[in-house]
Amino acid sequence: MCLSIPAKIIIINENEAQVSVGGAMRKANLQLLENPKIGDYVLLHAGFAIQILTTDEANETLEILTEIARLNREDID
Amino acid sequence: MRFIDEYRDPELTAQMINLIKQSSVKSINLMEVCGGHTMVIHKFGIIDLLPKNIRLVSGPGCPVCVTDKRYIDQSIAYSRLPNVMITTYGDLIRVPGSTSSLEKEKAKGADIRIVYSSTDALDLAKTNPQKNVIFLGIGFETTSPSSAYIVRQAYQNKIQNFFLYSAHKVMPPALKLLAEGEVKINGLICPGHVSTITGSEIYEPLVADNAIACVVCGFEPLDILQSIFMLVRQIEKDEAKVEIQYTRAVKPEGNAIAQNLLHEVFEERDDWWRGFGVIPRSGQKIRQKYGRFDAEEYFDVEVEETKIDYGCICGEILKGLKIPNECSLFRKNCHPANPIGACMVSSEGACHAFYKYGKLNQ
Repeated sequence: MCLSIPAKIIIINENEAQVSVGGAMRKANLQLLENPKIGDYVLLHAGFAIQILTTDEANETLEILTEIARLNREDID
Repeated sequence: MRFIDEYRDPELTAQMINLIKQSSVKSINLMEVCGGHTMVIHKFGIIDLLPKNIRLVSGPGCPVCVTDKRYIDQSIAYSRLPNVMITTYGDLIRVPGSTSSLEKEKAKGADIRIVYSSTDALDLAKTNPQKNVIFLGIGFETTSPSSAYIVRQAYQNKIQNFFLYSAHKVMPPALKLLAEGEVKINGLICPGHVSTITGSEIYEPLVADNAIACVVCGFEPLDILQSIFMLVRQIEKDEAKVEIQYTRAVKPEGNAIAQNLLHEVFEERDDWWRGFGVIPRSGQKIRQKYGRFDAEEYFDVEVEETKIDYGCICGEILKGLKIPNECSLFRKNCHPANPIGACMVSSEGACHAFYKYGKLNQ
């Protein structure tokens, strides 16, 4: 129910956007967001974009995971 | 970056599981309170990959599952009124009421439509002026802003034939009740998408009053494993604090626009939860300013007496006291094609997840 999926904003038409979910186009209401831009990834929930996803934070999480895994591997070796 | 595949890397997953195994000594209960997490944990077999001392327990995080039977019964009563169209998200129509379901009423001719978004319900009201269109609003803070939005739209555009029947709920009172309940919860895998709206501050009382470790978690397998690792690290050090693993989507302060909208349209009220009974100040009722669009205020219906399901242990499952395999109906009388309790109806329900992904001999 709280399922939300990452979608990329392709076109903005006033308060509504066309977003791409892995290539499939959907409509997204943008009224719950502050300053959404074309190219932003958003979380799409029941036709509403509820948050903008931040690429920097997403990369940082992956870097932390990779680093943890590296340290772990060295530990085992 | 596509925000999905990156968090499913097999090599990193194996390393994370190893790390959890190495760092976890204590016997602990971790509860997830989001149906989305329940699904991912079972779908990707995470439950079988963890060491035996870590027990994962599902909590009351699937909105369809916690929606009380009397709400279904009242929705059915609305659907039997003349000139009424019921609009709803798909999951709800199969949930059994006391003697019927919305699906059965639809088969008998009631005008019941499944919508993808709340805005579709408002559009149906605009294009069907001869009908009174009632939208069944269920869900937590992730979903309730979209209902609040259409109520405000109906108010601003003077759409006279649109109504919301709200069973919207807020998470913190239920979490508080669980924290003080029969199951000792050491750590909470906090619902990521609820937190995009509320922020992470709502979990602070659980840390301060109940010493429960809290990590706001994303929805890919690596998100879950990293969150479990973060919880284990806190618990092994006898710490309890709120951490955010799902930083790409969740900010400590949440989504202010959505919070303001919720506050404008809804006020708190005591509400029924399946398995829990009434939880004080856990529901969201439409404020008086928007009362014209509140189905409960506008329509007067007689609702049949609620019938109790004998044998169904949905309530105990939602409280983390039992798992689906312990139910005498599970897989026998109760399965996805013929669900008896709501936890088998919703694809995010614990029973449904156990049925779909669990091992037969467990």
